[in-house]
Amino acid sequence: MVEIGHFALVLAFALALVQSLVPLVGAVRGDARLMAVSGPVAVAGFAFTALAFAVLVMAYVRSDFSVQNVWENSHSLKPMLYKITGTWGNHEGSMLLWVLILTFFGALIAAFGSNLPLSLKANVIAVQGWIGAAFLLFILLTSNPFARIDPAPLEGQDLNPILQDIGLAVHPPLLYLGYVGFSVSFSFAVAALIGGRIDAAWARWVRPWTLAAWVFLTGGIAMGSYWAYYELGWGGFWFWDPVENASFMPWLAGTALLHSAIVMEKRSALKIWTLLLAILTFSLSLLGTFLVRSGVLTSVHAFATDPGRGVFILSILTLFIGGSLALFAWRAQTLTAGGLFQPISREGALVVNNLFLTTATATVLVGTLYPLLLETLTGDKISVGAPFFNMTFAPLMVPLLMIVPFGPLLAWKRGDLAAVSQRLFAAFAAALLVVLGTMLFVDRASLLAALGAGLATWLVLGALTDLVLRSGWPSAPARTAMRRLAGLPRSVFGTAFAHLGLGLTVLGIVGVVAFQQEHILAMKPGESAAAGPFSVRFEAVEPFRGANFTESRARFSVFGAANQARGDIVSSKRFYPVRQMPTTEAGIRTFGFSQLYLSLGDETADGGVVVRIWWKPMVTLIWLGALVMMAGGAVSLSDRRLRVGAPKRRRVFAAAEKPV
Amino acid sequence: MRSALRLFALLLAVAVLPAAGLAAVRPSEVLPDPALEARARALSANLRCMVCQNQSIDDSDSELAHDLRVLVRERLTAGDSDAQVVDYIVSRYGEFVLLKPRFSLRNAALWGTPAVILLVGGLYLVFARGRRHAAAALSAEERAALDRILERRTGPPA
Repeated sequence: MVEIGHFALVLAFALALVQSLVPLVGAVRGDARLMAVSGPVAVAGFAFTALAFAVLVMAYVRSDFSVQNVWENSHSLKPMLYKITGTWGNHEGSMLLWVLILTFFGALIAAFGSNLPLSLKANVIAVQGWIGAAFLLFILLTSNPFARIDPAPLEGQDLNPILQDIGLAVHPPLLYLGYVGFSVSFSFAVAALIGGRIDAAWARWVRPWTLAAWVFLTGGIAMGSYWAYYELGWGGFWFWDPVENASFMPWLAGTALLHSAIVMEKRSALKIWTLLLAILTFSLSLLGTFLVRSGVLTSVHAFATDPGRGVFILSILTLFIGGSLALFAWRAQTLTAGGLFQPISREGALVVNNLFLTTATATVLVGTLYPLLLETLTGDKISVGAPFFNMTFAPLMVPLLMIVPFGPLLAWKRGDLAAVSQRLFAAFAAALLVVLGTMLFVDRASLLAALGAGLATWLVLGALTDLVLRSGWPSAPARTAMRRLAGLPRSVFGTAFAHLGLGLTVLGIVGVVAFQQEHILAMKPGESAAAGPFSVRFEAVEPFRGANFTESRARFSVFGAANQARGDIVSSKRFYPVRQMPTTEAGIRTFGFSQLYLSLGDETADGGVVVRIWWKPMVTLIWLGALVMMAGGAVSLSDRRLRVGAPKRRRVFAAAEKPV
Repeated sequence: MRSALRLFALLLAVAVLPAAGLAAVRPSEVLPDPALEARARALSANLRCMVCQNQSIDDSDSELAHDLRVLVRERLTAGDSDAQVVDYIVSRYGEFVLLKPRFSLRNAALWGTPAVILLVGGLYLVFARGRRHAAAALSAEERAALDRILERRTGPPA
């Protein structure tokens, strides 16, 4: 049974080799039959990878401990959901998921790419084939998930308890859909370099793929952040951990790519830059995969002593990044530069956006790699942690966020800054009021916190201003304005939502960073403690038995200022006997956008328990903002212009115009 | 501690969940003077728990982090300034303990990169734009040819 999976994986590899070569040869020779191979072979490659993946999932579902991977990461008593998600909760399985998603995107291009020029489609699918072949070979040679053990053990070693959470079902697949989704933009870029042609139509084909990948990556990062927040027990939402940075870099570069592709599509400008960004974004995804998979982050020495996997991925990395950049250097000059524009224009604003996002990406990149480089080169060990990133990243983000509302309001080609400023006056005045109000009426508000709240208001209202102005309100009557609003292109809503979501996320970050309250104390049942605007009373500790863990649950009652009951919070400590690991399950109760967060520490000698209580104002906006950003991306994806077939209609239209 | 390392290694197996640990500061450590305690917390957030993966001593529940937190508070209570406390800890544990590396020649590339990229990128944009515009402007001959065409257009029909 399991060997079928292994066999399917080998077949998928063989198909990937065919996919890498045959369409490419076809494109070079202009042979339509060879090029036409690309579609079916990509779909078949996906089918076989999916079969291999399904076989592995089945092995987990059936707790087949003769498979080493299952034995190492599963247990027969584990709840079914975690048996399934445990498939990708380990190195081998997650690499298989990575390749599955890669081949999935390859198959999608084959299925939805019927409107692409044949040679472009063949080249794009061939490049996808190269990536697929490299990673399939990596799995087969160094990380085979189907390896057997003989004799088969009776019981498995269980999954790391931290990972036994719904987060594992959502976070890695979303993240990989984002990471790997950028491979499509990459393949399009490399195909354009091979073919030597790039135009506005190219940007129109690439943009929806980039947008989709960006939506998934946004979701993956936000989900990971919330998971860490509630699972790790001290309520942080972002740690600037190298593993987080590995996913954040492609996001920053991908965001830049999204914006530069707009300029390319609308104005035919920034072609070469967009191409380079497409290559860099996926290169950063590959780098992230290398950082996480090779173990180089844990220690440079661990990497040096067991280099098998690391060196393999490093070779893939070098081959693809080096190769694509060399191709870029060789071919980019042949591409023609596009339209001109004044510095004060929509294009100009998007260029500034790109400058800041690229610098931010480079900052995170250097911060993440510098300790590794320094240790490798000189042997000196330094640490680069959250304080460094906060200090360098924030000053880069503030000016960028300040110009965000201007971008969508500026005209293409030549904008009028004075007129746009005038239109944004209301949003600016409101933001100023928020700053003053925060300073005057909120306890413990620093100037920085007030300015942060003002910046968030500016972003939110700036995004709404764009919609209001386009509807013509208030000069047009409300009914006309509503009709106009409904008739606006979806991409306009997409932009507004995405920027509005960004503002909400900023507001959440400001709220929790500046106004969080923390209380650390030892409590015994019956005792009460302050908790932000509330107070909590420790009621009792109750034992509980889960399927594969034991738990002691501490129950707290929440009371408002006038001593009215506001519900219960249960915070617990678990123990997983198979792995001999304790975990804490934080108790969280949401009030509006804010949360009360309770986490248990050690028992004290006199029979109490250490309780950490946080009041986190506005904290949920951090993730709700990300959801709004995703919604913006999704709305924009549904825009008529990006729908499948739209470019074709335009071509037909252009052809009809020609004889005139 | 070993469990923290192992946990991290396992976490690497998935994608992005960062280093785990139970929340750190214990009630017994907290100083009675809130101003001094606030300084201690601020300092702790910038000091690395040496045996952890990317955790400050403020976040880590390891014994070493506990010892360092107590040490920071002892020095503060003894009347040290923030800088003196940091210098003392660095003298004992080396610069590795700082989560925000110092400005020094060795770290020039680290601290300098953002500024250099922003500056070079910005200058390039200004410079390249100027060049593009020079190229886009019409030469005298082109201007004359254009004038002729426009005149012909606007002139009376032949």
